[in-house]
Amino acid sequence: MRATVLVRPKHGILDPQGQAVESSLRHLGFDVGEARVGRLVDVELATEDRDEALTQLSSMCEQLLTNPLIETYVVQLGDHVVTEAA
Amino acid sequence: MIDGNAEQDATGHAVRPLIPVVVFPGSNDDRDAQLALESLGADAPRVWHTDEDLPAETAAVVLPGGFSYGDYLRCGAIARFSPVMRAVSAFADGGGLVLGICNGFQVLTEAGLLPGALRPNASLSFVCRDVALEAVDAASPFTSRCTEGQTLTIPVKHGDGCWFADDDLLAELEAAGQTGLRYASGANPNGSVGDVAGVLNAAGNVFGLMPHPEHAVDPLLGSVDGALILGSLVDAARLSLAASV
Repeated sequence: MRATVLVRPKHGILDPQGQAVESSLRHLGFDVGEARVGRLVDVELATEDRDEALTQLSSMCEQLLTNPLIETYVVQLGDHVVTEAA
Repeated sequence: MIDGNAEQDATGHAVRPLIPVVVFPGSNDDRDAQLALESLGADAPRVWHTDEDLPAETAAVVLPGGFSYGDYLRCGAIARFSPVMRAVSAFADGGGLVLGICNGFQVLTEAGLLPGALRPNASLSFVCRDVALEAVDAASPFTSRCTEGQTLTIPVKHGDGCWFADDDLLAELEAAGQTGLRYASGANPNGSVGDVAGVLNAAGNVFGLMPHPEHAVDPLLGSVDGALILGSLVDAARLSLAASV
């Protein structure tokens, strides 16, 4: 089973990469508000069981893929957002 | 070089505490840390990241600067799972002295041994230069050779040195005296909250800082203020040995 984890800097955390992207987009003439830069992790899981996959993915996010102090994450299975950590 | 504190053992020799320096794949300041610690009166063997135990008689541990495991994902995020870190965590939990410099600081925050997190510099630029620091607190085992309020000149060299804690955590740490090493006013090179350059854990035996004291122990390199930090650690390590005898 294939899953995607989207990791974002928490709201309110200084995101200098996002600020650089934001100002470059404006420089190119795009009328944009805030831009934030995060990270995307695609994972192939051995299991085909959806609940088992979600349990494993939450555990991966908590142990390694994110730092909960500064980041939030969203897990996607297929095209659907299935879990979200604030 | 500044000499170590010359406390002596029963045979009249200065006690040389054992302060291993951990080497991760990608560490690059381990030899400088070793050289600095040895010049200050410690024995500082380098230990490999796959070691499951610290050497017997270890009096303190140093995690050096560098780019452990390529700093992939987040700086220090992968190094924290190396076998040696289990030994370092157990050592710290037992009250052992642990110092993390730059990447070592990042590893300690990721491992949960120090509060906060290190983020990319606000400028997005890698910063490599001397900075002025203020030793707000001179009571910890890592700053005892400083005087309170003393200004130190020590180089930084990092791209991810922006220490972050939310307002509540920062207030809590400041109140507890855990943010005793600050960038001097106007000298913050990375945008860290509260101008924090170094952080102590609640128990006071684990310390991490972004500046590199091991690069400032010889007048040839412009400053010897780093010896105040590392020398404090050597003193504390020597005292911990005396206490355990």
